[in-house]
Amino acid sequence: MAGLEKILLQHPFFRGLEAQLGSLIAGCCSNVRFESGGYLLREGASADRFFLIREGTVALEIIAAGRSPGTFLTLGPGEIVGISWLTPPYRWMFDARAASAVHALAVDAVCLRTKCESDHDLGYELMKRCSSLLVRRLHATRLQLLDLYAGPAE
Amino acid sequence: MSAAATPDPFVPRLYRVIRSTREARDTVTLEIAPLAGQAPRFQPGQFNMLYAFGVGEIAISMSGDAEDRGRFIHTVRTVGAVSGAITSLDANGVLGLRGPFGMPWPMDEAQGRDVVIVAGGLGLAPLRPAIYHLLGHRERYRRVILLIGMRNPGEILYRRQVEQWRQNLDVEVEVTVDRADATWHGNVGVVPALVGRMPFDPASTLAMVCGPEIMMRFTASALHDAGIALEQIYVSMERNMKCAIGLCGHCQFGSQFICKDGPVMRMDRIARAFGTREI
Repeated sequence: MAGLEKILLQHPFFRGLEAQLGSLIAGCCSNVRFESGGYLLREGASADRFFLIREGTVALEIIAAGRSPGTFLTLGPGEIVGISWLTPPYRWMFDARAASAVHALAVDAVCLRTKCESDHDLGYELMKRCSSLLVRRLHATRLQLLDLYAGPAE
Repeated sequence: MSAAATPDPFVPRLYRVIRSTREARDTVTLEIAPLAGQAPRFQPGQFNMLYAFGVGEIAISMSGDAEDRGRFIHTVRTVGAVSGAITSLDANGVLGLRGPFGMPWPMDEAQGRDVVIVAGGLGLAPLRPAIYHLLGHRERYRRVILLIGMRNPGEILYRRQVEQWRQNLDVEVEVTVDRADATWHGNVGVVPALVGRMPFDPASTLAMVCGPEIMMRFTASALHDAGIALEQIYVSMERNMKCAIGLCGHCQFGSQFICKDGPVMRMDRIARAFGTREI
C-alpha cells in the first residue's frame, strides 16, 4: 500500500474504508504543511481542496467588518477542514488558519468530485461520511448557541 | 451513604465564613468552618445543605479537597434569593449547614483505570474534589484526562488552578470555550467534541461528567460513541433538594431520589429518565 493511501486509511474520517476506494481517493491527495498563522482556506475563494488534519490545530474564523476575526471552532488531529467543496457553488464561507504548525493531507476536490461522478459507490461512501460529519457539527453548533453556561440573569 | 454525619440530619450546625473569594460577577467561593468542633469528613461528589437564616436552604456540592480537614469549600452562583444571600456573606458571616449527603464520585472503582473528567461551566466545582483526589493519589490511576468547557476565556472557573493542573506532565488538560476573541489561542467549540480527540482505552475508562444537563447528555453520548460503556459513565445530577435524606420527594428523578441515590449517578441506571422531558 502506497504511503499516502496508508496515511489516508489511518485517518479517522476514512477509518474502515475499502482499500479500493482508498486507492481512488489517495490519487487526489498530497501531503501539506502550514506554519502557525498560515491560512489553509480563505473566505470567498474557490473550494478546490480540503484537508485531513494529521497534526496541529486549525482555527475556523469569520471576519466581521470593524471587528477582529472571531474563531467559532477549532479542529485538531483526526478532523476535516472544509466541507463546502461538496456542494455548489464550491466556495469557502470562512477562513481556516493554522493555530499551530499543521501537517495535513490535502485532497484535490475537483479531482475527487470527478471520480465521484464516474464512480457512484465512491460518491455514496463519501456522501455518507460527510453527512455524518455535518450532522455532528450541526448538533455541536446548536449546543454552542444555547449558551449553556450563562447565569440566569444573562 | 445517605446518612448525615450530624446526629440529627435535620438540625443545621453553625458555620463561619473564613474567606470569600469572588470567582466571577455572580459566583463566589466560600471557605467555611464550624463555630465549634470539627467539620465532618466528606467524599468527593457529596453535597451540603447551606442555610441562609430567614431566607432558606439550598444544596451545594463540596468543591474543596476532601483531605483538607476542618473546613468546607463551596462555590456558589447567585441564582435566587437563597444563593444570593449566601454569596453575599463576607468573612465572619454565619450560616447553617447540614451534611455531608449523597453518593460520591466512584474514586475506588476508578483505580487502575484511565479516568476522563468532563466539566462544563460551574460543573467544574463538584468535580474539583475528585480532581484533587486523582492528583493526590496519581499512582493509583492510569491516564488522567481533564476536559473543561467554559462560556468564554474570561469566565474560566479556577483559572489559575487549571493552569497549574495543565503543567503536570502526567495529566492531560484541555479547555475549550463557546466564544472567543482574537486574544484566545486555545480551543473553541463544545466540550463533548473534545472527547473524540483524546487518547484513552475505552474498555478500561471511567468517566465523570458534571455541567448543565444538556451538556451532560451530549457528553455521555460522545463518551459512549467513543466506546465507553454506560456503566462506566457517571454524572452529577441536580434537582430541587429539600430534606436531603430521601424523605420528602422533592428531588425525585424517576424511581430514584437525587439526594439519596445521587447526586452522582451511573449513566446506565438513569439513561431512560435522563432524556425524558417530564422527569
